[in-house]
Amino acid sequence: MTIRLTHICALLLATSAMTAPASAETIRWAKAADATTLDPHAQNLGTNHNFLHHIYETLVNRDVAGTLIPRLATDWAIKDGAPNVWVFKLREGVKFHDGADFTAEDVVFSLDRARTEKSNMRQLHVGIDKVVAVDDLTVEVHMKGPSPLYPNNLTNTFIMDKGWAEANDVVEVQDYAAGAENYAVRNTNGTGAYTLTSREVDVRSVMTAFDGHWDDKPAVTEIVYLPISENATRIAALLSGEVDFVQDVPVQDVTRLQSSAGITVTTGPENRVIYFGYRFGDEPLKSSNIKDSNPFNNPLVREAVHLAVDRDAIQSVVMRGQSIPAGVAMPPFVNGWTEELDAYAAPDVEKAKALLAEAGYPDGFTVTLDTPNNRYVNDEAISQAIVGMLGRIGIQVTLASRPVAQHSPLIQSNETDFYMLGWGVPTFDSAYVFNDLVHSKQGSYGAYNGGLYSNPELDAKIESLGSEVDLEKRNATIAEIWAKVQADRVLLPIHNQVLAYAAREGVGIAVHPENQPLMMDVTISK
Amino acid sequence: MFAFILRRLLQSVVVMLVVALIAFLIFRYVGDPIVSMVGVETRIEDQEVMRDRLGLNDPFYAQFWTFLTNAVRGEFGISYRLQQPVLRLISERLPATLELAFVSAMLALVMGVLLGIYTALKSRSALSGIIMAGSLVGVSLPTFLIGIGLIYVFAVELQWLPSFGRGDTVQIGAWRTGFLTETGLKSLILPAITLSLFQMTLIMRLVRAEMLEVLRTDYIRFARARGLPERVINFRHALKNTLVPVITITGLQLGAVIAFAIVTETVFQWPGVGSLFITSVQAVDVPVMAAYLMFIAFVFVLINLIVDILYYLVDPRLRVDGRSGGH
Repeated sequence: MTIRLTHICALLLATSAMTAPASAETIRWAKAADATTLDPHAQNLGTNHNFLHHIYETLVNRDVAGTLIPRLATDWAIKDGAPNVWVFKLREGVKFHDGADFTAEDVVFSLDRARTEKSNMRQLHVGIDKVVAVDDLTVEVHMKGPSPLYPNNLTNTFIMDKGWAEANDVVEVQDYAAGAENYAVRNTNGTGAYTLTSREVDVRSVMTAFDGHWDDKPAVTEIVYLPISENATRIAALLSGEVDFVQDVPVQDVTRLQSSAGITVTTGPENRVIYFGYRFGDEPLKSSNIKDSNPFNNPLVREAVHLAVDRDAIQSVVMRGQSIPAGVAMPPFVNGWTEELDAYAAPDVEKAKALLAEAGYPDGFTVTLDTPNNRYVNDEAISQAIVGMLGRIGIQVTLASRPVAQHSPLIQSNETDFYMLGWGVPTFDSAYVFNDLVHSKQGSYGAYNGGLYSNPELDAKIESLGSEVDLEKRNATIAEIWAKVQADRVLLPIHNQVLAYAAREGVGIAVHPENQPLMMDVTISK
Repeated sequence: MFAFILRRLLQSVVVMLVVALIAFLIFRYVGDPIVSMVGVETRIEDQEVMRDRLGLNDPFYAQFWTFLTNAVRGEFGISYRLQQPVLRLISERLPATLELAFVSAMLALVMGVLLGIYTALKSRSALSGIIMAGSLVGVSLPTFLIGIGLIYVFAVELQWLPSFGRGDTVQIGAWRTGFLTETGLKSLILPAITLSLFQMTLIMRLVRAEMLEVLRTDYIRFARARGLPERVINFRHALKNTLVPVITITGLQLGAVIAFAIVTETVFQWPGVGSLFITSVQAVDVPVMAAYLMFIAFVFVLINLIVDILYYLVDPRLRVDGRSGGH
């Protein structure tokens, strides 16, 4: 009798085990690098934001088309009669993973935390004067001046629970110099669609769907996040069926993966333009054989370089088709982009040579090009191609290739004559490009203007963008600035990077312009 | 004996200090840690503030002194990249590296000795020729290519073995082991083969050469003349005498296996200290790099110390030399 009972029990167990996981879906997600810290305000890194978007949430978010969508805030607008104040209406009934209610106090706390000295998110919020909770579900952000585009800065600033932070002594962001580890580096408590189940840094992290989440339950109920740094191994893991989704697909593998059975590759433009910058000013270039003038300071020379570069060849040969050649140094989603600006002339070596001769350099000149070799897709190979193309018009370029950790300081300390840089525009607005790349290097402006381009007239216009509330007028100014930047050939744009995602068949993931695919949006078909 | 060990210990301390000094000299040229810590979008002023707080603007000797005084107290600081204590990061990952090193060293030793004996005894057979030719591949092909090749054949095409990671692990106290699960053992196979191939070839060729030498000696010929069975001659008399140099080499190579597992660990995304070091170099994570290099220096110093002491015990000539105080 007892034997029969256990038999029945076993049978029952077996059937329930078979039916239960029918709706559960696990996605094994491979990426080149792991998130470095789980503290949402410690570092402004895309990989960290991408990871944390599943656990924490932001007030507003950006969809795959690049437009702002509501998240923890349902509504946001500039306050009537107070142009410096943004009012955010918060979502009702939102709970943190530990059960605490989400209120305006948490938003005030989180924005204040993100503004502190040790937070790396602070530059996005430097314009804030104070943050005020009006009632439980309304927050006012008082800016120091009119800031019509401020909500754009909120897409990666996550909201933490004030009570949890106080209880665990993480009101402050991790201090490296202090030597003690912050609780928030390895522990989380967000409002997001997933809770963190387990985590081994650089090995695997597991997230499980959060039952108390305010939104519909996602198709993916479990995420296994697997950092695999070696390109070949990451692709092999997809081919062997050990992972379901590879986020960082090297360009040289795209074609091969497209022809592999059972694997789909999705490509789309990334929010990152690759361009070259010149040294401006009268002082002769340090690395050039021309000792009495700076060739790059002559607009004719820059026009010649522009005409010597064959963008289509770079796309087809260096990038194997995986790039979008660009005539302007901004990605297509950015406010201010037009097709006319992005158009570029076909390369014309004869005309370029003539321009060089006209500028007084009939025999060309020599210069050193500084390029990173581990930052952008095929960065060094692109620079090598440029060396060849400029060689055709008589400019002898020497390539100096460095890892990004050594390349970046050159630009920040203005120690380069000719350099490659990639630029993403997280605010999706041209002002971000102007502030850092075009405005003279002074104060908080021109941080990445490593060639020290300076045009006081443009500077004034750029500064006016920050406080202009009339959007039409503002857009007109943006167009004026771009017209001058293009006419002057201040920057030498090459292309926009393309992102490629590869997944096993049936997993539907759209390419996100900021490379932040969200697993709650993934569709799964059998 | 005591004076000898004390002298060796003092020398070890000097070696560690020199390694630390050279490491710090090199760190000045690996790049700016701030760049990888904050990403391009952080304002320059903020980066400057951070650099100041981390003491990166201090002169080199001040940074070195801070490191030394902290290291003596067992404090290696917080990783710039992961914001976690360096000591914990390294000790969490050490078991993975040690298990991999142990398995590949065993594999190299067993296979190396067996193949070495075979090729020495049957030096004219076709199979020996094939093994010797194959061993050339083992020494000349870079580890990276061997790893990728194995992944392609056994993970992608045949799908027998996993291509990356360590599989499921079991935590026993402070030690996380992969020996107790099926996926853990399966995951070990390809990286262990990749890592052991070079050492295996080395040991095999060493055993073969020593064996051929010994087989030509008089006492082997006399043993044959006495009519002892071949098996006894080969394994009891010949092999025993070839093993002394093999054991020395294997001991020294164990340090190399731990230190140079870096490439293998990277290819197989093996979560050991080697792959931690590589990612740290890319991110200019100075605290982790410094601690790792000190650790590796310590491993080598320790192994050498043990070898020295063993020689001292084995070789009477050293003892006499030590008593007279001369060197």
